[in-house]
Amino acid sequence: MNNVLQIVWLIPFLPLMGFLINGLGRKQLSKTFSGIIGSGVVLASFIISLYVFFSVKGGNTHVAHYFNFVNIESLKIGFDFQVDQLSSIFLLIITGVGFLIHVYSTSYMHEEESKDFAKYFSYLNLFVFSMLLLVLGANYVIMFIGWEGVGLCSYLLIGYWFKNNNYNNAAKKAFIMNRIGDLGFLLAVFWLISKLGTADYHNVFANISKLGKTDIIGITLLLFVGATGKSAQIPLYTWLPDAMAGPTPVSALIHAATMVTAGIYMIARSNILYSSDFAEITRNIISVIGLATALLAASIALKQNDIKKVLAYSTVSQLGFMFLALGCGNYTAAVFHVMTHAFFKALLFLGSGSVIHAMGGEQDITKMGGLNKYMRITQVTFLIGCLAIAGCPPFSGFFSKDAILLSAFEHNKILWGLAVFAAMMTTYYMFRLYFLTFSGKFRGTHDQEHHLHESPSAMTLPLIVLAILAIIGGFVGVPHILGGHNEIATFLQPVIPMHENANPVSSGTEYGLMIGTTIAMLIAGIFAFMQNRNFVAKENKGLGKVLENKWYVDELYDSIIVKPLQSVATFFNNILEKKGIDGFVNGVGKAVNYGSRQVRLLQSGHVGSYVLLMVIGILILFIVQLFLK
Amino acid sequence: MEIKYYIGLAIALFCTGIIGVLTRRNAIIIFMCVELMLNAVNLLLVAFSKMHALSPVGIATPSVVSDAQVFVFFIMVVAAAEVAVGLAIIVMMYRNVHSVDVNFLNRLKN
Repeated sequence: MNNVLQIVWLIPFLPLMGFLINGLGRKQLSKTFSGIIGSGVVLASFIISLYVFFSVKGGNTHVAHYFNFVNIESLKIGFDFQVDQLSSIFLLIITGVGFLIHVYSTSYMHEEESKDFAKYFSYLNLFVFSMLLLVLGANYVIMFIGWEGVGLCSYLLIGYWFKNNNYNNAAKKAFIMNRIGDLGFLLAVFWLISKLGTADYHNVFANISKLGKTDIIGITLLLFVGATGKSAQIPLYTWLPDAMAGPTPVSALIHAATMVTAGIYMIARSNILYSSDFAEITRNIISVIGLATALLAASIALKQNDIKKVLAYSTVSQLGFMFLALGCGNYTAAVFHVMTHAFFKALLFLGSGSVIHAMGGEQDITKMGGLNKYMRITQVTFLIGCLAIAGCPPFSGFFSKDAILLSAFEHNKILWGLAVFAAMMTTYYMFRLYFLTFSGKFRGTHDQEHHLHESPSAMTLPLIVLAILAIIGGFVGVPHILGGHNEIATFLQPVIPMHENANPVSSGTEYGLMIGTTIAMLIAGIFAFMQNRNFVAKENKGLGKVLENKWYVDELYDSIIVKPLQSVATFFNNILEKKGIDGFVNGVGKAVNYGSRQVRLLQSGHVGSYVLLMVIGILILFIVQLFLK
Repeated sequence: MEIKYYIGLAIALFCTGIIGVLTRRNAIIIFMCVELMLNAVNLLLVAFSKMHALSPVGIATPSVVSDAQVFVFFIMVVAAAEVAVGLAIIVMMYRNVHSVDVNFLNRLKN
């Protein structure tokens, strides 16, 4: 076991080295070399992560201490790595899916200039490093370092094509929205440190009884605020769809598979805090927000025409499902869904990237159609992704979504009903996307049709691997009634104690729910097929128009937050800054100028007047000396 | 003679000197007025020294009597040195501006 502690630091260290090599040598390195470095370090991390995974499989958890990061009298925050089941699952997801996406990127980004190519890979490696730090940190402070690091990399990569100002704005939006959430996270960490004097997970969880009701509610809510920022939940979700400005592999890695699940990881890691009896109100808030996000984002995705926007809203919606599971206290289901979602969402994004690549940069699905004839591998893998996200048995999404729906059912029937409705919308919009893209007739220009081609093998191989994972990924969590053992829950038990059923449902009900939801998905899928088999361009009216415009949430934020802030800023700039502060500073300068101009007249250059002044001064000194003593 | 006459004379001389320095523009006259002021001080020093020597209350040791008078010689020496420098300045000034009017020396103005 000590072997693991000796090499675990290599997992984040290797991507950091990759970042340094690619970042510093970007002008010298060839594309091939920086591609190999960029992907190779992540592959090496993946292999080490596999080793770590197998050594913690027996139920061991370890903390590797390196040095004291903060050392102020009694407060000691170590640079520690947490090596346990939860972190090892995330390590595998990050490095495994990350490696596939790196490989995919070598082909997808090949038209970039050599130094931009290396810059891209250095950012990607820095992201992987930060994400690994986030997951490996054994206290909230180290987690926060990674938390900020991934936010930074997200910003850098969304604005990767920085010559387009819209992309820059999207990057800034993502960064600022994340900052709002980060503030909540930071306050929660301060709160913990001030109450318990430590930020280490095991110390915090061991001393949870020292926290009062207000403390628990405050800390859990503030941590959740952090999670809403990073994981794109209401009210901070609007940055994620805009984040699609980045290159497609970035969307797949950062804005679908890994970074956005950081919030889930953080809450699952703090499950002992959230399971406390005091935190019931927080749990309710989380499930309501999660469900509302799932519904809202799914409804928006119904009417989007940009292939990446649909996937982005579907990501927001799936994250909502994960938060619903967290709110219902089923942390395992959330982590399970994170895993399966990483597989199929990365697959879908990479598939969409392959489509965009073939279409020469076109992202509008109304201009696609009939692509199945040209790109067979992309089409099949994309279909597998759609089936997985829709929750069709036996694809991976079925098991994870079923676990979430089941815990929602146990918790509250209304939550369950709405969640099933959101899941139906998921099926509908995914198949709408699929049919509009791949079936029917090609609706683009003649040039585009001529250009259509299957992507090179560096892009299709990751698709195939991810498709296989999307099919079999769910088998680690087969519930007991289907003859499985729910291995993932058993595996995570040392970190996440078994979810206790307050009012367990009978196996008959569980079967019924499973069949019911599957039929509901089937109906939604058929509905999507009927409606979108033959595409007719028509303008959306009524609700459709509202959905197409994303419920006008961006406009709402713009008018109630951005515009007032801007007018306040303008006011401060024009009145307070220019007239007030500048006026004061300039006034002091002017007064000194004027005063010295007046005083200067005393220096007339007449020797006589100087002598007169001197005599007057001496007389004054005499008078003072004689009379005022 | 009482000390007050000496003081009165010294003040009169000193004020004459000051007024001369303040009002006259001729550098040589200003110079003479400065000398007048110096000599007023010399007069005072000598008078006070003599007064202390004669005073029945004061402790009239030889050093107390002679100190002030020695000082007077110092002042005279300094005054002589000053005359040498000052007259040289005045001569240079006359060579440059063909005048001994101090109001011509306002080149530092502005």
